[in-house]
Amino acid sequence: MLGELCSSQIMAHAFIGGAIVSVVAGSVGYFLVLRAQAFVAEAFTDIGFAGATGAALLGVGSLVGMIVFSLLAAAGLGMLGKRVRGRDVEVGMVLSFALGLGVLFLSIYSRTSGSHAMSGINILFGSMLTINSTDILAALATCATALGALAILYRPLLFASVDPAGAEARGVPMRALSAAFLAIVALTTAACVLLVGILLTASLLIAPAAAAVNLTNRPARAIALSVAAAVGVTWVGLILTFAGTIRHLPAGFYISALAALTYTASLLLRKRLRPVRAFERAHLDRETG
Amino acid sequence: MSPESVNRRQLPVFLRNVRIGFGGRLIQDEMTFTIEDGEFIAVLGPNGAGKTTLLKLLLGLIRPEAGEVLVFGRRPSRGNPKIGYAPQFRTLDANFAVRARDLVGFGLDGHRWGPGFPSRKRRRLVDAALEEVRASEYAEAAVGELSGGEKQRLSLAQVLIANPGLVLLDEPLANLDIASALEIVSLVGGLCASRKVAVMLVTHDINPLLQHVDRVVYMANARSAIGAPETVITRETLSSLYNHPVEVVEAMGKKFVLGVET
Ligand SMILES: Nc1ncnc2c1ncn2[C@@H]1O[C@H](COP(=O)(O)OP(=O)(O)OP(=O)(O)O)[C@@H](O)[C@H]1O
Ligand SMILES: [Mg+2]
Repeated sequence: MLGELCSSQIMAHAFIGGAIVSVVAGSVGYFLVLRAQAFVAEAFTDIGFAGATGAALLGVGSLVGMIVFSLLAAAGLGMLGKRVRGRDVEVGMVLSFALGLGVLFLSIYSRTSGSHAMSGINILFGSMLTINSTDILAALATCATALGALAILYRPLLFASVDPAGAEARGVPMRALSAAFLAIVALTTAACVLLVGILLTASLLIAPAAAAVNLTNRPARAIALSVAAAVGVTWVGLILTFAGTIRHLPAGFYISALAALTYTASLLLRKRLRPVRAFERAHLDRETG
Repeated sequence: MSPESVNRRQLPVFLRNVRIGFGGRLIQDEMTFTIEDGEFIAVLGPNGAGKTTLLKLLLGLIRPEAGEVLVFGRRPSRGNPKIGYAPQFRTLDANFAVRARDLVGFGLDGHRWGPGFPSRKRRRLVDAALEEVRASEYAEAAVGELSGGEKQRLSLAQVLIANPGLVLLDEPLANLDIASALEIVSLVGGLCASRKVAVMLVTHDINPLLQHVDRVVYMANARSAIGAPETVITRETLSSLYNHPVEVVEAMGKKFVLGVET
């Protein structure tokens, strides 16, 4: 059966594309969780929605539209200052405005083109099953850019996310760093929307990373876990989509459900895994003999 | 200029007639003093006296309104690798996502670009810094499960691992009980002597430091005095700083300043 799955061109594309996107989502998501910016990720998906629908109106590729819109929004949010944490009001306003724009574009589009809201549905729930090799190349380029930029920023970004005062004292350019990270988030969400759609992108970005942070206190290990969880969730989700009896359920449903499940499992595991501090353990050993 | 004064300009801290203010509001005026290699200085004064501002001046985060500021013979500049700074308010976000050793490692290369790869040398340096502040036993613990005093040690280790010549510690003793405060102070005092680093430590209570500091800078009312504790923390000096009568009482080997609203 697995052979049958892989023989299909569509599925091969979906699995490759899904893996590419998940690797970036897992890595970028780790920093979103550290910086408590899940809401920012949510906002970027709505901005991406406006970009994609706008692009459909203009007859441009949706990935291009999403990237342009998200990068503009990243620049705008970046100008708010080095502290995006706690900027709920501004982010919320950008989010609802973008969503409104997206709805406007979509209604114009479905009225003029007559193709109804089908492409809109793709944007909402993902279009992994209709993805072609051009899309994959575009996603690959986007993801490679985001991942490369993240690798360059890795150390200062980690420092600034965990210990902002210390990082600033050490001369880390906080404002520029924050803006650059938002640009990375913009690229990442745009690529994710292709796969799972705007409604569920945040779950792929946040849940695997949050689960990983629950399970380890080592940054490199957490990123590896987060990436593994994101890829796992995506692939299992795709397998269920193709093989499931209810074939018409969108991949996004399975992926977001699995992501939530992973997070819940991590909460249950956390209590067992959270290591007792070594010297406390030494005391315990002494007491229990 | 005499050769001697040229030399003094190369010291860790050289201030001459420095005035600091914010938008017309005077914070400090006429600050003139130097700090030498390996000196341990306590910075004292009521809330709002400008203690943190003085450290920020040396870090190049603010500019003086007048006067001359030199750090190791140069005008202050941001991200000066010769200065180690532990800020007054350190919020450690995502507390459970990093270990004590990660926090210390940030001081070594957290500001560098690129992912950075683990190496034996890096591990040795981090271990040594943890050892130096006696934090080895919780090296692998998540930062979120450590006490205030333990975090202060990590803060210190993060600063020291970069091998600075001047260390600025903004209220490292806040929220510590007296025993922990004494431990941190003797740790810092030992480092001053062994590494020849100059230390400026901001504090509200001089008593844990009395045995260790070389001199104190006392700031109040836009003015300051510097000297040995027994010459600065006196009725005469403080009364003239505060511009009203202040009493200094000594009991059980400790000094208590009375008549100030801090
Ligand atoms: N960026 C700024 N803009 C305007 N005023 C400032 C600024 N930074 C500090 N001040 C003012 O300068 C004065 C000195 O502040 P500073 O933080 O140096 O005090 P401090 O001596 O460290 O006090 P504390 O003991 O409370 O930490 C305060 O009155 C403060 O309001
Ligand atoms: Mg202060």
